[in-house]
Amino acid sequence: MSASIIQINKLSKRYKGAAFYALDTIDLSIDKGAIYGLLGPNGAGKTTLISILCGLIKSSHGEILIDTKNFKTDSIEIQKLIGVVPQEYALYPKLTAKENLFYFGSMFGINTSQLKSLVVSHLDQLGLLPFADKKIKTFSGGMKRRVNLIAGILHNPEILFLDEPTVGVDVQSKQAILNKLIELNASGTTIIYTSHHLKEAQDLCTRVAIIDSGKIIAKDTPDNLISKVPNARNLEDVFIELTGRELRDYV
Amino acid sequence: MYKFIASVKKESLLLLRDPGGLVILFLMPVILVITITLIQDATFKSVSSNSINILLVDNDQGKLSAEIQKNFDAIEFLTPVSEIDNIKITEEKASSLVASGAYQLAVVIPEGLSQELSKQIDKNIIKILEEFEGKEDSLKIEAIAEKAISKTVKIYFDPVTQETFRSSVIFAVDKLVANIETKSIYEAFEKELGESESLKSFNRAHFVQYKQINPSLSGESVLPNSVQHNIPAWTLFAIFFMILPLSLNLVHEKGQGTFVRLQTMPINYLFIIGGKAILFLFVSVLQFTIILLLGIFLFPKLGLPTLNLGTNLGLLYLVAISSGMGAIGLGILLGTVFNTHEQAAPFGAVLIVMLAAIGGVWVPVFVMPDTMQVLAKVSPMNWGLEAFYDCFLRKGNLGDILPEIGLLIGFFISTIVIAILYYEKKKAI
Repeated sequence: MSASIIQINKLSKRYKGAAFYALDTIDLSIDKGAIYGLLGPNGAGKTTLISILCGLIKSSHGEILIDTKNFKTDSIEIQKLIGVVPQEYALYPKLTAKENLFYFGSMFGINTSQLKSLVVSHLDQLGLLPFADKKIKTFSGGMKRRVNLIAGILHNPEILFLDEPTVGVDVQSKQAILNKLIELNASGTTIIYTSHHLKEAQDLCTRVAIIDSGKIIAKDTPDNLISKVPNARNLEDVFIELTGRELRDYV
Repeated sequence: MYKFIASVKKESLLLLRDPGGLVILFLMPVILVITITLIQDATFKSVSSNSINILLVDNDQGKLSAEIQKNFDAIEFLTPVSEIDNIKITEEKASSLVASGAYQLAVVIPEGLSQELSKQIDKNIIKILEEFEGKEDSLKIEAIAEKAISKTVKIYFDPVTQETFRSSVIFAVDKLVANIETKSIYEAFEKELGESESLKSFNRAHFVQYKQINPSLSGESVLPNSVQHNIPAWTLFAIFFMILPLSLNLVHEKGQGTFVRLQTMPINYLFIIGGKAILFLFVSVLQFTIILLLGIFLFPKLGLPTLNLGTNLGLLYLVAISSGMGAIGLGILLGTVFNTHEQAAPFGAVLIVMLAAIGGVWVPVFVMPDTMQVLAKVSPMNWGLEAFYDCFLRKGNLGDILPEIGLLIGFFISTIVIAILYYEKKKAI
């Protein structure tokens, strides 16, 4: 069994003024080299969990260890280990793809010559090299998603967090992104990602956790989860069975 | 350092590709300084060389009113108008014309002024001469005194006119009437004493003369003008106006996913704001240089006085850089505290105007009420303005501007530290 790279113990989060916990006593262990899917309906707490894991917000209670390091004492060390691909396009629209990637790469301290070859190589792999000098504002949604992904992996992170990386993209872009994730995982990167595309999660993830109302209600490999739920043919059936058919509109 | 350079490069590219931002940062201050200086210069001239039409209602029709009219004609900045369409102006007409704003002021000479003034002077002279000769005829004096009635010269002002303009006009009219009275007294003496050699030898010129001197800290003679006053004040306003685009830049960055990404990177907040601070400091120096060049080369072509840079250009740049730092610190603090354009834009704009008002950009600090004068001392714009005035008008040296420079740099450091602490606290949602 692989060693865990992320250890979450009794993690809770309640936002100021909120009546309920966004995350309620979460325990989770993520193995090194896994592709871990965090699934759940809207408002379940997925983004809150991933934000805490990235160090964007602090938890109310509990502990997180990332590669045995704690955010309270080793935040810079942890930030060097992780890569983040936010759900929104985290790019400067008035800069070109190359300029965006050079800037974000520089923030990780990658030297210029190394950065040059990394940028060209990643852009080429994701079919964006011909558009390297075009401004991001002229890109389609799928192209922006691909640049968004590159910006998160330039420093070759050990752990990569992705918040819905394929939302709103065409099939070709989606395939390119997923292939890149598989390639990264094969080279040793642990991937934690959230998605509403359950078919995609079923195909991609080695393990998944289903979160609802701030609690983890199931966690296992996709195949095991499907086998545990009677009459379930896929992860979507499991999801519906566990979270119900009630609409999850919230404000 | 490498990260700082990358950050500055990114901010520079973003600014260069934002025509609206460039207009706000460079064109607006230029337009502002030119417009304000032209207006201020015209205002200055309006009470010194440009002529203003004034309504003169002559209800006296005597020797004195003729003298007043003659003297008004001699005052450079006033042109008396006593008839409109060949019709004599009445007090009612003058009042309504001034009230409507068609004229800025009207002077109404009361009926019988010449006669009453003459009687008053005669009475005084007779009294003096008879006392001098030791044969005071109280009955004769009283008889004249009974008939001398005090008269009031009315001056109507358009409510829009400013206090400084009113004071200038009242001073000019007062001086004019005093001169006429003095002249009348001399003439009355001549009449009573006859033409004697002693009277001819009277020196009628003013004994007390005035000389305007503008001392400087360096001892040189300084000749202030509208450009020397306005360039420092409005350049400083332009530099502090940077608070607005800088805070909005930061608010905009926070609203983009890029800020989230930067927060997850192994950099602290200083790297995020550092690139912006360095770029905007460069912008403030560039703004200052452009405005100095305008003052030297463009202003004379617009009929304005040429800007005199004084003896130490380095000191001027030191003040500009320190002022820029003060503005940057405040801009970053506002951008850190506020989360939306709707919060930052109006607050920033009002704050700049308030700092300018308190700092003495519009109204000199020495004419403010005591409380406001104390408040002015804590306005960074006042520190910058005083330092600029020390350089431009008082010809001061480094020692003279050091206290203000220190305050501005201290203000920059304080605001940056507060911004970082606030950011760290806010992050712990």
